[in-house]
Amino acid sequence: MATHAAYMAGTKLSARSVLWSWITTVDHKRIGQLYGVSAFFFFLVGGIEALIMRLQLAQPDGTLVGAQRFNELFTMHGTTMVFLAIMPMSAAFFNFMIPLLIGARDVAFPRLNALSYWVFFSGALLLHLSFLAGAVPDAGWFGYANLTSTQFSPRQSIDFWMLGLQVLGISSLMAGFNFIVTIINMRAPGMTLMRMPLFVWMSFVVQFLVVLAFPAITVALILLMFDRFFGTLFYAPAGGADPLLWQHLFWIFGHPEVYILILPAMGIVSEVLPTFSRKPLFGAPVVIYSGIMIGFFGFGVWSHHMFSVGLGPVADSAFSIATMLIAVPTGVKILNWIATLWGGRVQFSSALYFSLGFIAMFTLGGLSGVMHSSPPVDLQQTDSYFVVAHFHYVLFGGSIFGLFSGVYYWWPKMFGKLLDERLGKVHFWLMMIGFNVTFFPMHFLGLIGMPRRIYTYAPDLGWNFWNMVSTMGAFVIMLSFLVFIWNVIATTRSGAPAPADPWDGRTLEWTIPSPPPVYNFATEPVVHARDDFWVQKHGDGHGTPPRKGAPAAHVDTSSIHMPPPSYWPILLAGALFVMFSGALVSIYQVVGGGLLTLYCMIRFMLEYHHGHDVGHDVGPDVGPAAGGHH
Amino acid sequence: MRKSLLSRIPTALLLLAVALLLSSCGWSMWDSPMTTVRPKSGFGRITHEIFMLISWWTLGIGIAVEAGLLWVCFRYREKPGAPIPKQVHGHTLLEVSWTIVFALILLIFAIPTIPAIFKTQEAPAATALRVDVSGRQWWWEFKYPDLKVVTANELHLPAGQTVAFNLHAPDVIHSFWMPQLGGKRDVVPGRVNRLTLAPDEPGEYPGQCAEYCGTSHANMRFRVIVHTKADFEKWVAAQQRPPVQPTDPLAQKGQDLFSQSACVGCHTIAGISGGVLGPNLTHFGSRKTMGANLLANTPENLAKWIENPGHMKPGVLMPDLGMRGEQSKALAAYLLSLK
Repeated sequence: MATHAAYMAGTKLSARSVLWSWITTVDHKRIGQLYGVSAFFFFLVGGIEALIMRLQLAQPDGTLVGAQRFNELFTMHGTTMVFLAIMPMSAAFFNFMIPLLIGARDVAFPRLNALSYWVFFSGALLLHLSFLAGAVPDAGWFGYANLTSTQFSPRQSIDFWMLGLQVLGISSLMAGFNFIVTIINMRAPGMTLMRMPLFVWMSFVVQFLVVLAFPAITVALILLMFDRFFGTLFYAPAGGADPLLWQHLFWIFGHPEVYILILPAMGIVSEVLPTFSRKPLFGAPVVIYSGIMIGFFGFGVWSHHMFSVGLGPVADSAFSIATMLIAVPTGVKILNWIATLWGGRVQFSSALYFSLGFIAMFTLGGLSGVMHSSPPVDLQQTDSYFVVAHFHYVLFGGSIFGLFSGVYYWWPKMFGKLLDERLGKVHFWLMMIGFNVTFFPMHFLGLIGMPRRIYTYAPDLGWNFWNMVSTMGAFVIMLSFLVFIWNVIATTRSGAPAPADPWDGRTLEWTIPSPPPVYNFATEPVVHARDDFWVQKHGDGHGTPPRKGAPAAHVDTSSIHMPPPSYWPILLAGALFVMFSGALVSIYQVVGGGLLTLYCMIRFMLEYHHGHDVGHDVGPDVGPAAGGHH
Repeated sequence: MRKSLLSRIPTALLLLAVALLLSSCGWSMWDSPMTTVRPKSGFGRITHEIFMLISWWTLGIGIAVEAGLLWVCFRYREKPGAPIPKQVHGHTLLEVSWTIVFALILLIFAIPTIPAIFKTQEAPAATALRVDVSGRQWWWEFKYPDLKVVTANELHLPAGQTVAFNLHAPDVIHSFWMPQLGGKRDVVPGRVNRLTLAPDEPGEYPGQCAEYCGTSHANMRFRVIVHTKADFEKWVAAQQRPPVQPTDPLAQKGQDLFSQSACVGCHTIAGISGGVLGPNLTHFGSRKTMGANLLANTPENLAKWIENPGHMKPGVLMPDLGMRGEQSKALAAYLLSLK
C-alpha cells in the first residue's frame, strides 16, 4: 500500500529488495505502517472470532461451536483486541505521527523502535501458533488463577498465552521508553511542553502508564510461569496461597491498560476537533491535566474489578470513591471537546464524524461505568452482559471510533492518498448503527441476568430476542469494515494524491509533503505557539498576523544524515522467539534461543562500533533532532 | 437525493433510539426469570435503590450531553463564506465550574453507596439459617449444617428468614449469583466468603455461576426454591429421612448396579455410599432438574446422561461407566425413586 518509492526517490527496487528494505527498516514512518497493517489484520481476526461467538449466541442452545471452542474464541478475541489490535493501532500513530508532530526526524532510538515492532510480531505469532498446536488459550483474557494452574488447565493452551503476553510486554516496554525519551528530548526548538500537540501529550501519558503498568503483569506472568513449569505454588490455594494475588497483580496492570487503550484515542479526538471546527482546543491545559490525572488515578482503582471477590467494606469503599473520582477528569474532557465545537465552523469530514462518534459513544460507556463504580450496584452488573456492553462502549465506541478518526485524518499524510469521503461516511454510519445494535441490547441482557462467557443459554430466560438483535448488529459492523477496505483499495489504486495540508491543519505534520520524505523536515522547524502552523497561516486571532512562509532556505537534502537500515532488530526478535517458544518444546531450545538472543543483543549493541557513520548519507547533522540515534 | 438521505440518518436514529428506550420501560422482559431489576430481598432492594438513583441521573446526563453535542454540530455547521471563527482558548471559570458540578453529582452517588457497602456486608445474626455453599466444576452443593441436610443444585429456602451463606470453593473460583435475590459474591478457593439475605416471598428463582470457571461454566446453573416457613420445614423433614428402599424391580436392579459400580466412589446416598466428589444423591428423586439445572429430571434424560454425561455437559468430570440400555434405565429408575 505504501508508496515506498517516496522513500527512495528515483530508485527502482526489485521485489526482493523491497522486502529487504521493509524488514531492515528503522524509519519510524515505515515501522508505523507495519504496526498499522498488523493491527488492522489482527482487528479483523478478532472481529471474525467475535462474529462466530455472536452466531453461536444468536439463539438459545446454539450448536455452531462447542463449549471448548467458544471459550477459546472469547479468550483470543479479548487478548487479540487488547494486545494485537488496539495497542498496535495506537502504536502505528505513535510511530508515524509523534516525530512529525514534534518536528523531529525520527524517534530517539530508531533500531529499538524496529526491535519493538519485530518483538510484537513474534509475540503475536507465538500466541497464534496455539491454533496450529491445537491448544488455544481458553481461560479468558484476564486468565484468573487458579483456573490457569496445571491442575485445571493441563494442556499447553495457557503456556501459549502467558509466553505470548510476556513477549508482547517486552515490546510494549521498549516502545514506552523509546517514546518517553523521544518526546522529552527531540521536540523542535520552541516546542515547550505546553505547546506540545494534544495527541503527543496523551501519548506521553500512555508511555508512562506502559512502563509502570507492564511490570505488574510481567511479575504476575513470571509467577504463573513458575507455577506451571516448576511446580511453585504462588497461586495454589492447596499450598496456602491466595489466588486473588493474580487478580490484584493483573488489574494493577489491567486498569491502567484501559487508559493505555483510550488515551491515544482521546489525543486523536483532541487534534481532529480543533482542525475541523477551525478553533483551538477549548481549555487545552485542562484537557492535558485531565489526561495526567486519569493516568495517575488509573493506578488507584484496580480493585473495582474485584468488588465481588470479598475484599471487605473498607477496601470496597476506598476503591469506589477512587473510581468515582476518575470520572471527574473524564467528564471534564467531554465538555471541553463539545466546547471546542461551540462557536466553531464545523466541517463534517469523515475524520470528524468518527471523533463525534467517539464523544457520543464514549459518553455512554463512561456513564455505565459510573453505575458500577458503586459496589452494591456492581454486584449485580459485574460479569454480566451489562459489563460487556460497558467496556465495548468504552473500547469500541471509544478507542476504535477514535483510532478510525485518526485513520481518516492522517491517512493522506501516511500514504499520500486521500480516502474517499463519501465512503468514509458510509463506513461511519454503518459502524455507528451496527455498533449500537450490537452492544446496546447487551445492557438489557445484563440487567436481565445473562452472565458473560457462556457458550449457551436456556430458551426460557427472556434472552432470545436481544441476542438475535445483537448478532444482526455484528454483521452490520462487519459490513462497515468491508466498506473501509473497499475505500482503501479504491483510493490506493486511483485516488487523488494528497496535498501537504488537505485539512487546513494546525500542527507541524501538515507543513511537510504527503507522504513525508524520509528525513521528514528539510529544515528543523521553530515553534512559537501551540497550533503553530495555524498561527503561521491565519495569525493567532488576537492581533498577531500570519507569519508568511518561513523563509524557504534551500537545503541540500542529500546532506541529511539518517540512520542506516539494520537487520539486527528482526534477528534479535527472532532469537527471542526461539527462546520463548522453546519453553513449549524443550529446555535445549530455551538455552539455545537464550544464547542466540545474547549473541544478537551484543551484535545489536556493537553495530555502530565497527565503523562509524554508515548512514545513507554522510554529512553534517543539520540539527539536534537528527543526531539522536547515536 | 442520496446526500439528503445520509443527512437524515442522525434524526432517524435519534427518534428510533428514543422510541426503543421509552418502550423498553414497559417491556415484560424486566420480569424475566433472572432479572436484576425486580429485587425479591432486602439486600436486593438496597442495591436496586442505588442503581435506580444512578440510572436516572446518568440517563439525564447522557441525554443532555448527546443532545448538546447534536445541537452544537447543527448550530455551528460550516456555512459557505463564513469567516474564521473567534479563536477561543478556554474559559477558566466555566471549566472550574463544570469540574465542581461533576464532583458534586458523584458525591450524590457516593453518599448512599458507602453505607450500603457496610450494610450489605454486616455479620449475620446468630438466628440466621446457615447454608454452606460449595461451588464446584460445574455444579453446586448446598449443606445445611444445623439441619444435617445436604443437597445439590436446588437450594431450598424459607421466605422471610435471614440466610447466612458461607461460600466455599474446593477447586477454582466461581461466583454465586441469584439475580432476583440480590448481587453476586465470588466463591474463592482458600477463603470463605459470606453472603447474607432474606428472600421475601415463595417462588422459584434461577441462579448461575457468574465467574468463568472452565469448560462448562455456562452449564453451572442452579435453582432457588423459596417456600413458606411450613413448607420449608416439610422439605427439611423429608430430606432428613433416609431414602426409601425401592420396590419396583427395575429400581431394585438399579440399586444393585449403583452399589456395585464406581458410582459409590463419588456420590453419597445415605446408607449406601459415601463418595464426596459428586453431588449427594440421597433424595435425588425429589429434585425437579438434573445436571445442575440443565434438564428436567425425567427417566429418559437421566438414562441419556448416565450413558454419555459429557454430551450434555461438555468437560463434565463424571466418567461414562459403560452403563448401557437396560443398565442405565435401571439406574435412572433407582435414582428417581429416591424421593
